[in-house]
Amino acid sequence: MTLSACSPLLELRDITKRYGELVANDAINLTVHAGETHAILGENGAGKSTLMKIIFGVHQPDQGEILWQGKPIPITNPAKARDLGISMVFQHFSLFETISVVENISLTIPAPLPNLAKRILAKSKAFGLPVNPQASVHSLSVGERQRVEIIRCLLQEPKLMILDEPTSVLPPPAVDRLFTTLRNLSAHGIAILYISHKLEEIRALCDRATVLRGGVVTGTANPTKTSAKDLATLMIGRNIPQVTHRKSRTDGTPQLTLKRLNYHDPNLNIMGLKDISLTVQTGEIVGVAGVSGNGQLTLARLISGEDVLSRNQANSIRMQGEPVGHLPPDARRKRGLSFVPEDRLGRGTVPSMSISNNGLLTGHRLGIVKRGMIRRHKRDTFAQDCIKAMNVQTPNEQAKVASLSGGNLQKFIIAREMALKPQLLVVSQPTWGIDVGAAALVRQRLIDLRDNGTAILIISEELEELFEISDRLTVMYNGQLSIPMFTRDTTFEQIGQMMMGQLPTFMETAE
Amino acid sequence: MDTIIFILTGTFATATPLLLAALGELVAEKSGIINLSIEGMMALSAAMGFAIVYTTGSHLLAFAVAAGLAMLLSAVFATLVMFFSANQVASGLAVGILGLGLSALLGRDYESLTLQAPSALSVPILSDIPILGSILFQQDIVVYMTITAGFGLMWIIQHSRVGLILRIVGENPHIAHNLGFNVLQVRFLAILFGGFMAGIAGAYASTILTPIWSQGMILGRGWIALALVVFGTWRVLRVMIGAYLFGALLLADLAVQTLNLGIPSQIMTSMPYAMTIVVLAIISRDTLRIRLNAPVSLGQNYRPNH
Repeated sequence: MTLSACSPLLELRDITKRYGELVANDAINLTVHAGETHAILGENGAGKSTLMKIIFGVHQPDQGEILWQGKPIPITNPAKARDLGISMVFQHFSLFETISVVENISLTIPAPLPNLAKRILAKSKAFGLPVNPQASVHSLSVGERQRVEIIRCLLQEPKLMILDEPTSVLPPPAVDRLFTTLRNLSAHGIAILYISHKLEEIRALCDRATVLRGGVVTGTANPTKTSAKDLATLMIGRNIPQVTHRKSRTDGTPQLTLKRLNYHDPNLNIMGLKDISLTVQTGEIVGVAGVSGNGQLTLARLISGEDVLSRNQANSIRMQGEPVGHLPPDARRKRGLSFVPEDRLGRGTVPSMSISNNGLLTGHRLGIVKRGMIRRHKRDTFAQDCIKAMNVQTPNEQAKVASLSGGNLQKFIIAREMALKPQLLVVSQPTWGIDVGAAALVRQRLIDLRDNGTAILIISEELEELFEISDRLTVMYNGQLSIPMFTRDTTFEQIGQMMMGQLPTFMETAE
Repeated sequence: MDTIIFILTGTFATATPLLLAALGELVAEKSGIINLSIEGMMALSAAMGFAIVYTTGSHLLAFAVAAGLAMLLSAVFATLVMFFSANQVASGLAVGILGLGLSALLGRDYESLTLQAPSALSVPILSDIPILGSILFQQDIVVYMTITAGFGLMWIIQHSRVGLILRIVGENPHIAHNLGFNVLQVRFLAILFGGFMAGIAGAYASTILTPIWSQGMILGRGWIALALVVFGTWRVLRVMIGAYLFGALLLADLAVQTLNLGIPSQIMTSMPYAMTIVVLAIISRDTLRIRLNAPVSLGQNYRPNH
């Protein structure tokens, strides 16, 4: 991986991109050499995604030029980028839901479908990324969709591959396989631009790191020789707060009780639930680990009330001892439930509405609505409080939610749900795709909430996170839930193996 | 019995303009654009087609010019919607009204005149089959071409690359743009195709189906075509079945009136719309099916931001 003396594969000179008054990228310089794995580090809204989209031709820079193999080339659209040999895995996936995997891939790699399906299977085997080419994308989990995205890139035999948060939804063994894949690609001379907030990953994988803060390059570093703490400091310009986690003080009152919960989704491609039993008590955090696609989606939808059970199954979900399985989301929220879905745009918020109105969506019971009329001042104050509580980066509360970056959006949703002072909080993927600083803040707030007596259920694919904040842990596999264990009594390896379905502690008995 | 044979024989011809217009609208809607100006496009092309056949006697020329004129009108709509980001519903209605107005103007001198309709095509041997022969094998050429077009379009949408691109642009124009597809181009062409089909439909209605000119002769067929697309839940085959069903209903309306059955004609006339509502109520129970066929971005304008 020596840097060749000849011209770099990609060179950016003074790239500037403005959105109105916001300068997303300010005179960015960047060089990427063939075979190099180059990390782009930065907080939410630092301009990483914008820069990558400029390289991929989705956006055009206002100033500056792009040199490809030493020649200035305007990358006017993504097709042009692909012709040059640049491919990209987007953070918000670019797959169409109504068509199959192979059809999606055929959009960028024109080939007869049966032929292409074979090539997909071959790549999927070669890189250990299992996918079914005929599956319809709407039935795939987030993790499976990402595998499809990565395979699509690999099929393009790229010279430069851009990966935006690629490991955020992969289980640990798959991350290792992906790294093997990426190292292998890099050894074949393919350059990789790697955006991730997981500093240890960047240190394990990347040769060089360019750090962005507020649209400006604040430094470059050799991540293998720089500690994760120093990298994080360079990135956010201050020290990251350490998450403090005292022992839980639960009084044993069950807030959520699942008893022999069974569910078959009418869509056969979505994993149902088999005989799930679980209790979450006041003042504790219970973590549900597992690789995506093992029923977590269904579990979250059933607890939140997005999917409602029939009346005679109502007893299998209880809150504070009362059957709620048949109740719609609003009735459950009235009983003190708050829910943060993994889908921030669309399920957590309405993208086209202002932050202020999105606060109203669940905060309406805090006296914001009076006799059916919205009290605008209270609504705006509520949104401002949420913004302040979690330090959400936005011009004001009237900005559209769609304009927030992923991390800021999640901070806002968490702030909104916490402001409701829930008795039971269910959070799906709390820190998916958000940066270290924001993730640490979210985790700390969850623990603070627990200390105030809220029962919290966290469904996450990030094992480190679950170990960091959960009091008890359970593993979801194939629609079943393991018997919960105290986090301190278990190990990373044990849970990791259970995530792959290896240990036999899956529930036989309920109660 | 005679009434039934009359209805069945006439169904194909009656349904043809509905189906042509509906197929065009289906393509536009699949790309995410709802074009409410079908009625106006059909009316304008009907007047144009009638005028040309009346003066030159050439049906071919009439169809070509009528289709071109409807495409021109749909291009106006497309320009408003895509380059000026105008609201699709409002623009569609406005362009539709423009079409109706132009139609009245163009057809002013032809009021109550009649044309010689071209004779039906008889398929040798097959048309001699009793009853079925006259129903299926003694139709004009446009009827057969429309059926062929329906099946052709079904294959294109489901199995060809063009169809795939059309569907994905309708599902999510942002991702389509990110992948390097020209969303505006795809949508423009889809709208033009819708105009082309509405033009053929209009010319067919005024020069072959009922070759007498009177202002307002399109009689809401454009709106029925629009309802058909929803009735067929954006699936070509179901739209085709729906078109023949609605065609039969329109004829049954005439039959009911001549037989003096005592059913008010308004009830029959409203049947296509009532049935569309019923179908909507039934299919909306299965949200997944709707989600998979209905173009998700329908009615939303898209502008690539550079």
